[in-house]
Amino acid sequence: MLRYTVRRLLQMVVVLLVLSLLVFAWLRALPGGPVSALLGERATPESRHDLIVQLGLDQPIFVQYLKFLGRALTGNFGTSNGVQPGTTAMDLFLTRFPATIELSVFAIIIAVVFGIPLGYMAAKRRGGWFDNATVIGSLVGIAVPVFFLAFLLKYIFAVKLGVLPSDSRQSVTDATRVTGFFVLDGIITQEWDAAWDAFRHLILPAIALGTIPFAVVFRITRAAVLDVLDEDYVRTAESKGLTAQLIRRRHVLRNAMLPVVTTIGLQTGALLAGAVLTENVFAFPGVGQALALGFERRDYPVLQLLIMMAAMVYVVVNLLVDLSYALIDPRIRTR
Amino acid sequence: MALGATKKDRIDALAKSSVDDSGVSLAASAWRRLRRNPVFLVGLGITLLFVLVAAISPLIAPHDPSARDLIDQVVKARNEIPPAQPGHPLGGDLQGRDFFSRLLVGSQQTLMVGVLATLFGLTGGLVLGTLAGAIGGWVDSLVMRIVDVMLSIPSLLLAFSIGALFAHPNQFTVIIAVATVQIPIFARLLRGSMLAQRGSDHVLAARSLGVKPGQIVFRHMVPNSLGPVIVQSTLVLATSIIDAAALSFLGLGNPNDAIPEWGQMLGTSQEVLDSHPALSFWPAACIIIVALGFTLMGESLRDALDPKNRR
Amino acid sequence: MLQNRTAQRRRLALVGLAGVVALSLSACAQSQRSADTSNGSGKVGGTLTFGAAGAPKLFDPFYATDGETFRVARQMFQGLVGFKPGTAQAQPDLAEKWDSSPDGKTWTFALKTGVKFHDGTDFNADAVCANFNRWYGQKGAAQSDAVSQYWVDNFGGFSDGAKPSLYKSCTAKDAKTAVIELTAVTSKFPDVLGLPSFVMQSPTAMKKYDADNVTAQGDSFTYPSYALEHPTGTGPFKFGKYDKANNTVELVKNDDYAGDKVKLDKLVFKIIPNETARKQALQAGDIDGYDFPNAADWDQLKKAGFNVAIRPAFNILYLGINQKNVPQLRDLKVRQAIAYGINREQLVKSQLPEGAKVADEFIPDTVTGYTPDVQKYNYDPEKAKSLLKEAGATDLTLNFWWPSEVTRPYMPSPKDIFGALSADLAKIGIKTNAVTKPWNGGYIDGIDQAQADLFLFGWTGDFNTPDNFLAQFFGAPDNRLTTGASPWGQSLADSIKAADAEPNKDKRTQLYQDINKKVMGEYLPAVPVSHSPPALVLKSDIKGLVPSPLTDERFGSVSKG
Repeated sequence: MLRYTVRRLLQMVVVLLVLSLLVFAWLRALPGGPVSALLGERATPESRHDLIVQLGLDQPIFVQYLKFLGRALTGNFGTSNGVQPGTTAMDLFLTRFPATIELSVFAIIIAVVFGIPLGYMAAKRRGGWFDNATVIGSLVGIAVPVFFLAFLLKYIFAVKLGVLPSDSRQSVTDATRVTGFFVLDGIITQEWDAAWDAFRHLILPAIALGTIPFAVVFRITRAAVLDVLDEDYVRTAESKGLTAQLIRRRHVLRNAMLPVVTTIGLQTGALLAGAVLTENVFAFPGVGQALALGFERRDYPVLQLLIMMAAMVYVVVNLLVDLSYALIDPRIRTR
Repeated sequence: MALGATKKDRIDALAKSSVDDSGVSLAASAWRRLRRNPVFLVGLGITLLFVLVAAISPLIAPHDPSARDLIDQVVKARNEIPPAQPGHPLGGDLQGRDFFSRLLVGSQQTLMVGVLATLFGLTGGLVLGTLAGAIGGWVDSLVMRIVDVMLSIPSLLLAFSIGALFAHPNQFTVIIAVATVQIPIFARLLRGSMLAQRGSDHVLAARSLGVKPGQIVFRHMVPNSLGPVIVQSTLVLATSIIDAAALSFLGLGNPNDAIPEWGQMLGTSQEVLDSHPALSFWPAACIIIVALGFTLMGESLRDALDPKNRR
Repeated sequence: MLQNRTAQRRRLALVGLAGVVALSLSACAQSQRSADTSNGSGKVGGTLTFGAAGAPKLFDPFYATDGETFRVARQMFQGLVGFKPGTAQAQPDLAEKWDSSPDGKTWTFALKTGVKFHDGTDFNADAVCANFNRWYGQKGAAQSDAVSQYWVDNFGGFSDGAKPSLYKSCTAKDAKTAVIELTAVTSKFPDVLGLPSFVMQSPTAMKKYDADNVTAQGDSFTYPSYALEHPTGTGPFKFGKYDKANNTVELVKNDDYAGDKVKLDKLVFKIIPNETARKQALQAGDIDGYDFPNAADWDQLKKAGFNVAIRPAFNILYLGINQKNVPQLRDLKVRQAIAYGINREQLVKSQLPEGAKVADEFIPDTVTGYTPDVQKYNYDPEKAKSLLKEAGATDLTLNFWWPSEVTRPYMPSPKDIFGALSADLAKIGIKTNAVTKPWNGGYIDGIDQAQADLFLFGWTGDFNTPDNFLAQFFGAPDNRLTTGASPWGQSLADSIKAADAEPNKDKRTQLYQDINKKVMGEYLPAVPVSHSPPALVLKSDIKGLVPSPLTDERFGSVSKG
């Protein structure tokens, strides 16, 4: 187990290094860049040249990369020059990552709270109108572009009805910051208004972000329950005369939950993609917004760090998933 | 087991459906069941209508979709765009172009984005999948490792990254970005289908008759994978149209809008959603309906091909 | 059964762990709120929240050129020179008055008395000289064009003498008199001191927080803590905090402000990059106002009871013509044909905001040196065609560039403007290849490398001198238009320099008028298209904000409710 973990960790480091080189080289192959971003309309051929030399952008790419790596090892990933100019890339990531996590968690909660019961009910009434309606509904949910749905929600609930806020994470300006998760911060510091305010800001983006995971969770639950209902042990239980509730609790739900739980874990990763769209619509200062703005404004330090962090999170989550499988499934553990 | 497992499971289940040794013609048995499936028929209807409109739209569009006929009625300062009027049933857009004609002609580009993205994805997948499935060994494990990594990255994020790779976004880069996401799906599908067929009767028979391996792959295995490929293609058509719209929204779409495309029309009209909702509503409705049509058709095809339902 | 029990134990352990974590978190997490919570609206004082389009780069305006940094800086700092509210006219601010010697090189500033910086340091002639000498004494990375850009643009070199500088010395004659000496005459002085870059900052605070310590690292510059957390000026508001997690910058009232009493308790800038999101935040009541509403929304916002404050236009959009790659474009007739061939009246009417005007020349009419007596190019496609025929350029195909995903105050919707202009050009027989790139992602680069034949570009004035516009466009022959490819390119650049160095004001104005006439009649290096006014929008209960052509709005006099 330990050896396995160590081997995986080493693999991870190699993968990340190779990826960082690729990202570094690719960003610099794109037209535009920090020089335009820093000089803007005032650029003259002379000032442009001076700046390129000063920043060392005229050096061979691998020299630049090694220098970058050297700084990165000391925790210095450079300063943003487009997304949030003046802020270090690391700071920017650290303040924005909790925002995205918070949003994703709420989206997943919405997906689970609605997806599992509906999926279960649809499966129990297979072929009935409820089943058909929810299945088609979930397909429609997938067919609606996320950003359009986000705009519609915002337009209806924030602008027309004015019942929910339309942008950012919080309106209360003097809230105490502890963890960076605003709702949690409000609760543990007992600033209830701040927590409630942050929660209200999460509702619309979380719904928009949660639709696709909802559709997926719904579908998987429905399929898993259908599969289990067909299994011999459920039939046996039925023939033994166990009550419907007992069967449901002890056999159907428990056995159907395994694929559902896996799916939920996997969908959490997929949320980052949706967050790029949703965060942009709701001006939600998370990683997704920074990513889109970073590309638009050619903010190299930020893009570099965000992509590397995304890769790292991805690799770590992957490793954790594998390890937890090993823990759950003894057949893998012995390997 | 890794991230993206469910995606893989779905692909693998589909791949297995290409083995058919029952003696009944696959297409015939599938069609028998589909004919009576209302979900399939609705999906098919939408798809056929869409393709028809796309094919004849240049002929039936009342105006040139890039001509700024109604520019006199556009006043940005007062937020006025041409209203619906005789000859222009949906009015004009922000540049005074006939909106109805743009919607009609937009279907053509949208279909092209969908079809080309699917074709590129399929071709890439075919190359990788056959390579892996036919050669096997280390080629197989290498290709499949790459494919699995690609599969595990959220598809939109992958499309976004690829779209951002290109210095100058245009219609072609959008198609490439959306198509690349589909390559691993098709690759895994085709490889799985070939592996499943390896032990099947018709391949064994061909082999014992001394047919060359290359011929077996291209004459027997690939054609037999057609069913799952068709299913996947219909589903991919839907997602690629939606993904293209999302890319447009993120500023990675085709910036030149002389020739209309629904995803672009939707992606770029978001900023005027509250003052001119119609400019977003129509392309959104078109995209949703068409995507739904493809999805309904694909899902019911998948069910029809599923061996479990083939009793 | 056994399995069940272990599962239960595990669950218990998890709950316990969660509890411990929550407890330990709340133990170290005390609310840090101050006792008074004066954030209610409608009260006297109160908090004003303003939607800004972008994050400020830093809070030391000397190292900035961007509007977002300046917006915040203008509330915290004052310069020797300010601008009359609502105009681009220079007027005294921290200086009470000034005089110059006859040769225009020695300037004596009489300073206001009784002014203190936010940290309690006295504002006096020593502080003025400390600021000037700080600017002049920048070293290393701080000398970069990208860091001290306004100094480099306007004053040239630094104390190390590597490049000549306009600045010579500063002497504190007595506590309230500072004397600045220059090495040459320039039309820009002293108006240039009204730029937010040249505001007065506390010498004590700058020393304490290492204000000049700028380093270049890889792709970016790193700034000292003074610029990030401790800006100290004399203005109506003091720096509060920059909450990066929530994208807000908070300023608090300066009770010791030397000017009129400040009415607001708190001024919050909320950064909302997306224009639509800003509008919706206003409509939803989350903010009290925001900058740069889309021209298309002005009417709707007014009808909804908001106050749309339109700034006088102090900018120019031009259709750039680069002479480098297409020889025909070096022919005046062809450039004139383009000017006659584009329907600027209709473009202004259909695509630009209320109050936009067709541009007759390269400076707005509020700038000295403007003259109505220039050659006009009213829309005349027939004349354009015949000019093209005369020049033998009937089959012209040009690369026409426009920027994607950017709006500038002078260019509200590049795509639509491009659409209009390229359609007009097609009518007179000039074909165009559309090329579009992101502003920072290759557009400016490509324009500067002369890859475009036609392109959309513009300028917003910094202060009221014609040099600020004309030198930007034609001040050197190797500019964005490659005017150096024509024989007049060099002489145009020279005449602009000569006018700038003319000490006599009337003579100087005459020189600039002559330049404008020649540019429009004999050279026509590009086609001026329009001046369009940017706006800001406020809730109706916000009083006292004066829209400025320089976006120099001060919130010190603003009240809410």
